Amino acid sequence: MKLQGSVHKYGDNVDTDVIIPARYLNTFDAAELARHCLEDLDPSFAGNVKPGDVILAGKNFGCGSSREHAPLAIKASGVCCVVAQSFARIFFRNALNIGLPVLECPGAVSLAESGDRLEIDIEAGTIVNPATGASVQAAPYTGFILELIQAGGLVARLRRNAEQRRK
Amino acid sequence: MPMTMTQKILAAHAGRESVTPGDLIQAACDLVLGNDITAPPAVAVFRQIGTARVFDRTKIALVMDHFTPNKDIKSAEQCKTVRDFAREQQIVHFYEGGGAGVEHVILPEKGLVGAGDLVIGADSHTCTYGALGAFSTGVGSTDMAAGMASGRCWFKVPEALRFELEGKLPPDVGGKDVILSIIGRIGVEGASYKSMEFGGPGLASLTMDDRLTMANMAIEAGAKNGIFEVDDITREYLRSTGAKSRLEFRPDKDAVYAETFRIDLSAMKSVVALPSSPANVHPAEAVGQIPVDQVVIGSCTNGRINDFRIAARILKGRKAAPGLRLIILPGSQLVYAQALEEGLLAIFLEAGAVIGPPTCGPCLGGHMGVLAKGESAVATTNRNFVGRMGHPESFVYLAGPAVAAATAVLGRIAGPSALPGR
Repeated sequence: MKLQGSVHKYGDNVDTDVIIPARYLNTFDAAELARHCLEDLDPSFAGNVKPGDVILAGKNFGCGSSREHAPLAIKASGVCCVVAQSFARIFFRNALNIGLPVLECPGAVSLAESGDRLEIDIEAGTIVNPATGASVQAAPYTGFILELIQAGGLVARLRRNAEQRRK
Repeated sequence: MPMTMTQKILAAHAGRESVTPGDLIQAACDLVLGNDITAPPAVAVFRQIGTARVFDRTKIALVMDHFTPNKDIKSAEQCKTVRDFAREQQIVHFYEGGGAGVEHVILPEKGLVGAGDLVIGADSHTCTYGALGAFSTGVGSTDMAAGMASGRCWFKVPEALRFELEGKLPPDVGGKDVILSIIGRIGVEGASYKSMEFGGPGLASLTMDDRLTMANMAIEAGAKNGIFEVDDITREYLRSTGAKSRLEFRPDKDAVYAETFRIDLSAMKSVVALPSSPANVHPAEAVGQIPVDQVVIGSCTNGRINDFRIAARILKGRKAAPGLRLIILPGSQLVYAQALEEGLLAIFLEAGAVIGPPTCGPCLGGHMGVLAKGESAVATTNRNFVGRMGHPESFVYLAGPAVAAATAVLGRIAGPSALPGR
């Protein structure tokens, strides 16, 4: 899976309350959630984000609540991938479960600034800034996690497995 | 091979002799939990999976507690979605209205979780049940849906941090002070992807309510779960709630831990986590003059009877400071009734408190105590992130019930020792 897009860069500990504030959790309509994505951290994000963009962040991205509304809001806003130094564990599994690719890579933060473009190969774990030529390598996914990403999430994987069993 | 408590419970539920940190396993769930915010998307995902019936209608708990009593039309519709699903699937443990309460307060109370259980919940504070010697962890709505359909969930077996508790807590210092102090020490990702295992001789001085508070906030250090060794206090609690599972898993003596911390309970102080991180922890006496507009006592962290006894002991014969809004939210109907019977509610009313229904409401800025721009609150809740309780420019200070009550009286952040006559 090869992706590329323009970077929106944030710092450490971006929590799920700022990704999607609880005042909007009376719905799980993805388009509605996307309208308020990152509102309390960067009010301009929802207006600026373009399909295929990348979020690049520091440590512990997605800490806090288990609300799946957070990766849903990011995915519905058009973001193709979140690259962070590290992820909080519930966000990490929620993102994979709903088919939002995420890549954990300690060295990625210094690779780009907001507005720069990044090229990402999810399977290989490579992240490249084509303007500078700089690149970093994340630990590639294997086994079950890779299957989850390739299937596009847990439900898609469950359905695919069910279909294969029927054949 | 030697195993930690968490490894043993995961191995038992995966049908394996042993598991090693890093192993990816499929394990059987004893209980799958969701609430009025996370269950509606889980119901939608359950439909997508296409399974007609839930795996076991007695092993699913649906608790309407976050935006209840329904704060607006959309919230009411979310509850209706879950209620209709519960009826269709004949879910035994569906709770709303007077039958409900804050999920992590009522599940232990009702004996729905016991020692040795494996619980997943679409709520990050599901880690609370580790206090009972269970493995329990927060997941999202998709995992909840898959759990409801199959009774199973995938896990990466975590490494563990061992917290060896020693000594005895000083008066007016509680579980909240201990766990905040630990988070202050190890940081908000100090236990990332790991299990926090609590044991040692100091355990005997911690009430079950103290332990539930501590396990509850394991997630605030990034942990997968918090878990307490089972002792007589656990056994007595499980007996009193009629919990079915009483399987005691002990960590092996030679179990391997990523790190071991010795925690001297006798050295603990009343502390406060300042905005906007649960790791920004300072002694309550050292924070200077910080005026407060609102104090909230309640939540899945500190909404149990001991929390209200501690608050009442401090508020008895005293009044909330002029202009300060004191909000008391018992965590369950049982806690409410007990507080009424023990005369605690009369003390709170006399002190000028608003007493509300059991709800998560204000903790996540939902309702029943949302903050305006520039306002500050001391809350016995678990998160003080930007905008957590309302306006992005409002401020949340986390503390235990003793500090919250003393703060309510003085109108500024303070520990109970700052009160005249104490």
